[in-house]
Amino acid sequence: MRRLWRWFLVLFVWRAAGESDEDGGERPPRIVPEGPPSPRAEVVVVALLALAALSAIGFIVVYALDRLPYQTQYLGLTLGGAFAFLAAALIVTAHHLVVTEELEDEYGTAQPEAAAQVAQVVSESGSRLRRRRLLAAAAAVATTAIGLAAVVPAASLGPIYDLNRFTRTPWRRGRRLVDQHGRPIPAAAIHTQELFTAFPEHADPEEISAPIVLLRLEPDQLHLPQGRSGWAVDGIVAYSKICTHAGCAISLYRTPLFPPVDEPPGLVCPCHYSTFDPQTGGTVVYGPAGRPLPQLPLMVDRRGHLRAAGNYSGPVGPSWWGVRNREVSS
Amino acid sequence: MIERTTTTLEERSHTAPFGLKALRYLFPDHWSFLLGEIALYCFIVLVATGTYLALFFDPSTAQTVYHGSYAPLDGAHMSQAYRSTVHLSLDVKAGLLIRQTHHWAADVFVAAIALHLMRIVFTGAFRKPRELTYYIGLSILGLALLEGFLGYSLVDDLLSGMGLAIAYGVALSIPFIGANFAALVWGGPFPGSAAFWSRMYVAHVFLLPILIGTLIALHLFLVSSLHHTQFRGGRRTEKRLIGVPSFPGQAPRSLGLMFAVFAALFLLGGLVQINPIWIWGPYHVADSTNGAQPDWYLGWLIGALRLMPGFDVTIAGRTVIPNPFWGGVLFPSIVFGALFAWPALERRLTRDRHPHNLIDRPRDAPNRTGIATAILCWVFIIFMAGSADRAYVLLGWSYQTQIEVYRVLVFVGPVVAWWLARRICVELLSNERVEARRQAAELEAEQAAGRG
Amino acid sequence: MSRRALLAAAVVVVLLLAANSLAAGGTSGTGGRRVPLLQRGAALYAANCSQCHGPTGEGKTRPGPASGVNNVAGIGPSLRGVGARTADFYLSTGYMPLQNPYDQPRRSRVLFSDRDVKALVAYVASFSPGPPIPQPDPASGSVSQGMRLFTQNCAGCHQIATAGGYLPDSVAPPLEADSARQIAEAVRIGPNLMPKFSTSLLPDGDLNSVIAYVQYARSPDDRGGWPLAHVGPVPEGLVAWFVAGVVLVGVTLTVGRRIA
Repeated sequence: MRRLWRWFLVLFVWRAAGESDEDGGERPPRIVPEGPPSPRAEVVVVALLALAALSAIGFIVVYALDRLPYQTQYLGLTLGGAFAFLAAALIVTAHHLVVTEELEDEYGTAQPEAAAQVAQVVSESGSRLRRRRLLAAAAAVATTAIGLAAVVPAASLGPIYDLNRFTRTPWRRGRRLVDQHGRPIPAAAIHTQELFTAFPEHADPEEISAPIVLLRLEPDQLHLPQGRSGWAVDGIVAYSKICTHAGCAISLYRTPLFPPVDEPPGLVCPCHYSTFDPQTGGTVVYGPAGRPLPQLPLMVDRRGHLRAAGNYSGPVGPSWWGVRNREVSS
Repeated sequence: MIERTTTTLEERSHTAPFGLKALRYLFPDHWSFLLGEIALYCFIVLVATGTYLALFFDPSTAQTVYHGSYAPLDGAHMSQAYRSTVHLSLDVKAGLLIRQTHHWAADVFVAAIALHLMRIVFTGAFRKPRELTYYIGLSILGLALLEGFLGYSLVDDLLSGMGLAIAYGVALSIPFIGANFAALVWGGPFPGSAAFWSRMYVAHVFLLPILIGTLIALHLFLVSSLHHTQFRGGRRTEKRLIGVPSFPGQAPRSLGLMFAVFAALFLLGGLVQINPIWIWGPYHVADSTNGAQPDWYLGWLIGALRLMPGFDVTIAGRTVIPNPFWGGVLFPSIVFGALFAWPALERRLTRDRHPHNLIDRPRDAPNRTGIATAILCWVFIIFMAGSADRAYVLLGWSYQTQIEVYRVLVFVGPVVAWWLARRICVELLSNERVEARRQAAELEAEQAAGRG
Repeated sequence: MSRRALLAAAVVVVLLLAANSLAAGGTSGTGGRRVPLLQRGAALYAANCSQCHGPTGEGKTRPGPASGVNNVAGIGPSLRGVGARTADFYLSTGYMPLQNPYDQPRRSRVLFSDRDVKALVAYVASFSPGPPIPQPDPASGSVSQGMRLFTQNCAGCHQIATAGGYLPDSVAPPLEADSARQIAEAVRIGPNLMPKFSTSLLPDGDLNSVIAYVQYARSPDDRGGWPLAHVGPVPEGLVAWFVAGVVLVGVTLTVGRRIA
């Protein structure tokens, strides 16, 4: 080992001597000043680097093990640790093993002469042009048109003009309600103070106009808007499950056990707490929603199962330009 | 040996003069100049870990039924996107570490940019000739917010699915064209076409990283071309730049910080759970959970959405401004608009069109500091309003009362903050002046005593 | 004494003892233990519950004069027909008795002893026939089925990881302290503002699965590390700023020291 070290030293000195010999014995003046050695810092840095290496090897070992509990934690500790030791080594180097010079330099300034020359080159290049304005206008028109042509295929990304899909719903008169397993829902199965989620039969449940909430209220507590008196079946009402504020699912049902002290019934959205009153046709009673919850008219078929008696009272989901002026369609 | 390498390289590239300039480029020595670097190193981690994740993720909304190793999800219907992320997290060795590190890096990336931006604004480093650098930095911030949102929405878990629905509601709320715009981006009404997921994926792994990377490169180029600013003091002037050369002085410092950032992110990635999507479950249009929040850098928007009273602006029966517009579109536009307009506004109000290489301490510009503090306070109050529901659950403060209080604080708070910040700056400055005068008087007295 | 007299005395003593034990047996036999329990329940009810729920559990919609242990003059729903199930839930969680009928009942320290709770439950159940205390069996349920049902029916208020939530204007409490029996009771009763879930909406097998999931969610698979209470991005953001942010700014302070 010592012999190897000695050979290395000889090689180094010979090379160094050789370099200085090439310059004829003259060394160029130092750019980076010399600094005092710091043997303790060197030891610390070597130790930190060794720890970094060990940590990294530890990572590889932990990775190789199967079914190790807390494996993610060990992986993070070893890899993070390796980086941390490396960082520490570098910071010690910065403070103790390199010379931290404080040098001066000059800020550059803007060079308006160069900018003027650039402008000059551009303007002088137009010496052969007579109808400058016309050419510029023609170039502008051509560029704009080509740019437009390049951008136009983006319109294929979506049905940018066909907003009918925003008002189309899978509900229509006679469509049966089903639960999440696809089973029809008997009206007798809906009790007061319960929240049912239902979907249209044979339709995609992942459209926002599909899911509805079903509740049974006391018929004498219902004060539905004009024209909706037949929309409830024995006190059972249905509303869209999608909040008209920003589109989250309304999965909270506040229902009083003891009305003299408890809040009245309310359908609440967990995103921004818009609260809708199911007794008055889904009107907003709290929160930032600006539009009442669309109601679905219900009827019962001969087997006692609930069916839709028509489409919603309005478009489903968050508000947009035409939301109050368009009819829902099936 | 080193010289042989550099000579070889120079003969084949003619870049040695540039290399020398780069090696001896001077950095200011104050710690606050390193905040932007933290963001840069987070970006490196994001790209590296993100590449790994993209090798496993399946950006598909095709439905499947889970029968993997996590029992509570057995039999659940989910998209391939969600399933592939659950698989990566729970069945791929080191998969969870890389995924969590990636998510932590995103959170810290935006936090570092925010800190760096605060340093820039509070010291006036955006002034001529650095306005362009500043605009590019602001653009990086905006893109980072979008990139982060897309990243965690790609996973299609219950929380991020709700967030996407809200984003859809916000898009719809743009006056007149909102529905057309949303139809374009989503490929139809929510939840959109299958292509929407491909769009999010391509935007997140390709388009935005390239854009952000290019802007970062431009930003760094401009910073070095104009040179860093520096604080006053010592022999530093508008003309004379004093600093530490990048080699050998600054390099181990910056590299040390880089590895410290890597260490912090990987340690968090292994030790602190983030976004445990297997606990949230997959997203379905008819499902939601209480207490859902966006990642922290979008919390200011949920606060704004919750604070607004409930009304759509309708004119002649037409829905002109749906409610989410105020909190989701106007509020961030005002904040970013104010930030973008700041250099020009300050130039006009202070009538100062000179280039500045020296920056102010916050106290040296009481008006700027006051206004910046006020804006920060405004955003922060709205941000806090977004947590009012958890405050109710934890501390019992009535939610409705909190909202009312926040609605008042939103106006009062920034005014108080502006006044207070200005006052503190003015006081500190006058204290310094008094102290300087006292020291000068003492010196004179000593000299007089010495003469006498 | 003569032998006959002794025998007669013995018979009388035995007869007296038998009569005594018969009389005592009326109160200490299995059928007879009920009487003191109900009496105990009645006494407790009169002292703690009748001010709001009426002397015979008929409920009150208008407050009468203040009375009872805590001097309460309140209103309260009728307890007729609610059965042992409701009484057991409200009493074993400490929701009842409630000082102010307008407050939202919260889980609190149960001030009654177990025996007192049993007595009250028996007494309330005696008003009219009502549902008995349920006997759920979460071990027979499926955690995965429970997670799906919990997401669809419960997470909107109680949060997907059972950390509790808000709805105007009350708290849906976190579920870590509830026993399987209490969860089953709450689901069927729908206490306070909570909706109820009858067997048509949630059959007993599904309820067992939901309870199994709630029990699992108390310590779910947290192999990613410190779970931050399973609340989500809010504590995550706090960690990003106050752990990573503080540490890294600290590193810049170390690295970027001014040169002397």
